[in-house]
Amino acid sequence: MLGTVLQLLLNGLAVGCIYGLVALGFVLIYKATELVNFAQGDLMMLGAFTCYMFTVWYGIGYWPAFALSVAIIGLFGAALDRIILRRVIGQPQFAAVMLTIGLGAMFRSFASMAWGSEIYTLPTPFSAQQSLVAGVSVSHEYLSIIAGTVILCAVLYAFFTHTKLGVAMQAASQNQLAAYYMGIPVKLVFSLIWAISAGVAAIAGVLLAPVSLIDTNLGFIGLKAFAAAVLGGFGSIPGALAGGLTIGLIELFSGAYLPEGFKDVAAYVVLLIVLVLRPQGMFGTVGRKRV
Amino acid sequence: MANAILSVTNLETSYGPILAIRGVSFTVAEGSIVTILGANGAGKTTILKTVSGVMDPQKGTVDFAGREIQRMDPDRIMRLGLSHVPEGREVFPFLTVKDNLNMGAFIRRDTEGIARDLEMVYGYFPVLKERADQRAGQLSGGEQQMLAISRALMSRPKMMLLDEPSLGLSPKLVRDIFEIILRINRERGVSVLLVEQNANMALKTADYGYVLEVGRVVMEDSCARLLEKDDIKEFYLGMKSTSIRGTRRWKKKKTWR
Repeated sequence: MLGTVLQLLLNGLAVGCIYGLVALGFVLIYKATELVNFAQGDLMMLGAFTCYMFTVWYGIGYWPAFALSVAIIGLFGAALDRIILRRVIGQPQFAAVMLTIGLGAMFRSFASMAWGSEIYTLPTPFSAQQSLVAGVSVSHEYLSIIAGTVILCAVLYAFFTHTKLGVAMQAASQNQLAAYYMGIPVKLVFSLIWAISAGVAAIAGVLLAPVSLIDTNLGFIGLKAFAAAVLGGFGSIPGALAGGLTIGLIELFSGAYLPEGFKDVAAYVVLLIVLVLRPQGMFGTVGRKRV
Repeated sequence: MANAILSVTNLETSYGPILAIRGVSFTVAEGSIVTILGANGAGKTTILKTVSGVMDPQKGTVDFAGREIQRMDPDRIMRLGLSHVPEGREVFPFLTVKDNLNMGAFIRRDTEGIARDLEMVYGYFPVLKERADQRAGQLSGGEQQMLAISRALMSRPKMMLLDEPSLGLSPKLVRDIFEIILRINRERGVSVLLVEQNANMALKTADYGYVLEVGRVVMEDSCARLLEKDDIKEFYLGMKSTSIRGTRRWKKKKTWR
């Protein structure tokens, strides 16, 4: 009994980490450019496919493939900002929403053209390995997700609070005009934020790949991650992670202990309750931009 | 007049179809404080925004330290040594006071010089040192204004553009801030272009002044002389003239003599 609970807890945390990472991408872009990128989940899918391609088709090994795919998707994110999305800033929100939804659909069809619509498994150093901890069998795939997320968050936190460029990114997100007055190259900074968001999505995709199989619909996880971002209070980075973990845990536990069919709606029920009780989300603040 | 650090010639800037400044020319001598007076909507802020590159002019040139800077990106203009303290302070609300100041030095690489200048601005505004680790959004309006000025100073500018530094501050605080502006100018040789509704303080601080009305310069002179003019006294300083004409103000036209 306890074993099952611990197992669920571990898996829930791992799935939650993925939601959290994708949600983090939503929040970073939204804070900087006030634009919601609905293609975030599909960037994750592209990351997983790219890594698969390099690992299996070109056989360059898991770690180089991982690094290469994150770099490629990151660059791709920066290019998206620079070439396409910068042009809709200042236009009505709907234009950007529709545009990113459309981009997501394009990424999915590109993936099925480039890699086919089969379902792939990404072989990793962690595949099919497990350890026995306190009588619970812990799969290394899930552990790798949690460890990867923790490391990534630590790195991002250090970057955003302790480096000049990171603080400048925060500054540009908080007050774009003042950032210009400081000589911060705001456009470049926004492209870098897109690169980070896309790179984080790619990392999430590669981490998720061994437990979830890769297909072109992997990106629909983005919807749940969006719910996670809203749950955490859209615009809060710790909130995005906490929201992701909450939704991951709820999903796994309700799948195990509640009647059939609850697994997929439980997260949204909780989202609904939280939004009724605390409309700004768990970590949200009112009057975000100006104090 | 000494060498001009900034000279603006026939500048025209519009918001869409509405021309906000209509052929304005002025110069700022190196090391001096120049003020632009004018009522709401006269185009003062638009001038500053055009000079610092946030808005592009339709016509005219802006010459800063020997280079034409109109239509340059604001971050490039800033790198040339022109620092803008915008109206309404515009601090980064969720960064600490110290991080705000460090952002002011974003374009600099000399860590030691930055640390020295940090102490220098703490010397001008000791309250900022006390609040160094607080978020800027938690500061009072006056403290935020001090932070905005200090932040601009951290880039070691040759020239500062100050937009309404007295906005919303108590009279005591306004005097303090203007005193510091004067000190910064005298001690560090920073030229200042000051836009201000508080004409009294502005004229007492600045060396030279321009009066702007509906997008045009209608008068210019040294501040000492501007303070003596009847029109300035009456319309900007709110002093009643003692003659019989003063009681019939509605009949009087501004003649700008």
